Amino acid sequence: MNITEKILAKASGKKTVHPGEIADANVDMIMVHDLTGPLAVEAFKKIGVQKVWDNQKVVMILDHQVPAESVKAAELHKTMRQFAKDQKLRIYDVGKGGICHQVMPEKGHVIPGTVIVGADSHTCTYGAFGAFATGIGSTEAAAVFATGKIWLKVPEAIKVNVTGQFQKYVTPKDLILSIIGRIGADGAIYKSAEFTGPTIKSMSMSGRMTLCNMAVEMGAKNGIIEPDETTRKFLEGRTSKALPNFESLKSDKDAVYERTVEFDVSKMEPQIACPSSVDNVKPVSEVGNVPIEQAFIGSCTNGRIEDLRLAAQVLKGKHVKDGVRALVIPASQEVYHQALSEGLMEIFTDAGAMICGSACGPCLGGHIGLLAAGETCVSTSNRNFIGRMGSTQASVFLASPATVAASAITGKVTDPRKLEAKA
Amino acid sequence: MNMKIKGPAIKFGNNIDTDVILPGKYMTLVDPYDLAKHALESLDPAFPEKAKKGVIVVGGKNFGCGSSREQAPLALKYSGVKCVLAESFARIFFRNAINIGLPVIECKGISSAVETGDELAVDFEAGKIENVSKGKSFQVKKLPPFILEILSDGGLIENLRRRMNKK
Repeated sequence: MNITEKILAKASGKKTVHPGEIADANVDMIMVHDLTGPLAVEAFKKIGVQKVWDNQKVVMILDHQVPAESVKAAELHKTMRQFAKDQKLRIYDVGKGGICHQVMPEKGHVIPGTVIVGADSHTCTYGAFGAFATGIGSTEAAAVFATGKIWLKVPEAIKVNVTGQFQKYVTPKDLILSIIGRIGADGAIYKSAEFTGPTIKSMSMSGRMTLCNMAVEMGAKNGIIEPDETTRKFLEGRTSKALPNFESLKSDKDAVYERTVEFDVSKMEPQIACPSSVDNVKPVSEVGNVPIEQAFIGSCTNGRIEDLRLAAQVLKGKHVKDGVRALVIPASQEVYHQALSEGLMEIFTDAGAMICGSACGPCLGGHIGLLAAGETCVSTSNRNFIGRMGSTQASVFLASPATVAASAITGKVTDPRKLEAKA
Repeated sequence: MNMKIKGPAIKFGNNIDTDVILPGKYMTLVDPYDLAKHALESLDPAFPEKAKKGVIVVGGKNFGCGSSREQAPLALKYSGVKCVLAESFARIFFRNAINIGLPVIECKGISSAVETGDELAVDFEAGKIENVSKGKSFQVKKLPPFILEILSDGGLIENLRRRMNKK
């Protein structure tokens, strides 16, 4: 079996499982946020059960429309706080956490080998830690609140084998964009994407999270990476739970894959997803002259400390071009604090970038940093759909923190290697 | 839920994502009829009006990709959409639709066999889709019994309430 099959077999009390069969899995952890939580709470109340199945396994995180941008949002947040209080649930409120997919691992809620569901499509991020993690909707979340169980079709798996060393200013974000460009927005529907190979083994947790985060953008049910010493180091001091034997989470030599795709990153250039689909990917060097009005560095894809360091490295001593709004959003309070202590915030503010509080920000177009008709944003986030960041007549390009920072300086989509060559 | 439905088709393309079905800026709306007023407006501002009479949405590949927002299938259901037929669905949308009692069926070849305005008839139990206007019919893989049961109960919550109270 591969790692995903091993986790689903264990969670459903079976020795083995095969692709296509329905596993009735026990859930180890469920997360809902402020846009999906209130609907889940409402649905839960209709079921007629008084208490959630296990209050230690339900986490609520406020991150999408925080601090409340309207009375409506404030009311929804209030609903969540009340439910958390009544049910004695862990809730990460404004200023106490940050973006859900950053907070969950940071606070030790993601354990290798477990089944985690979240009422957010990017829940697949936790696969970076060797957990089976997938997104669900609010009603389904309510059902899990009540039962602690979920039916899951065991997915076929695609093995993504990655070799080679990244060149300067080429990052895991460029790799995942390149993968999605090749596999396609629907190329991995219902399937598991297992990232493996020497490049993944030497990759930081931050990079692995970026890869697994965007697995859903090719339709995948989950993205997953075998846990190792890098995983163990990240989790040290973050959880008091016993970790499983990582050997038991390695895919067997004879594990079955629907197909294997090979990527060599050694000659890879910085990549960019052009409007309005995530698989419309090309090298940054091929997009031509695209002026921008907004540059966004943040989100659950690229708002971690390594991302901010990279952006700061490019922006240091430079200025955000007049006519461009650059927004920097650390993914969590922990990342915010770290960026402060490393002096990154000074670099950003000196460059003329605006730093916003740890939250989802402009990524989903529900809160701050929306675009007007005709405007263009280059963003480190994960979706460039029509209307995603505001006006349906606006355009969003997706790229790495280095590319976004370089573009903020020049005022147009820019390959960070070119900017450096000029300096 | 009625296991046999009829209605005119409204056709869309591939990769219809949940941001175009229901943009993020409307996510604080609570009443599903308020959500419905904005269903698919990014692609067709007149959609909510057209859907009122009861329609069947036909999509291409990867219908409902992107955000897990259940508000997207809710907006479709309450705008008057009786059912969504597509070449393939994004998995979260597929589950969400079933869970709120909006039937969805995967049907290969449907998008090239249907034009907007064609009269369609769907029989869920038999797994049969008919384009009445063009005189063509499709036999699709039937939804598994436990999914049909959720649909006939009107959604997962109703299904769960019935099952948990039975215990």
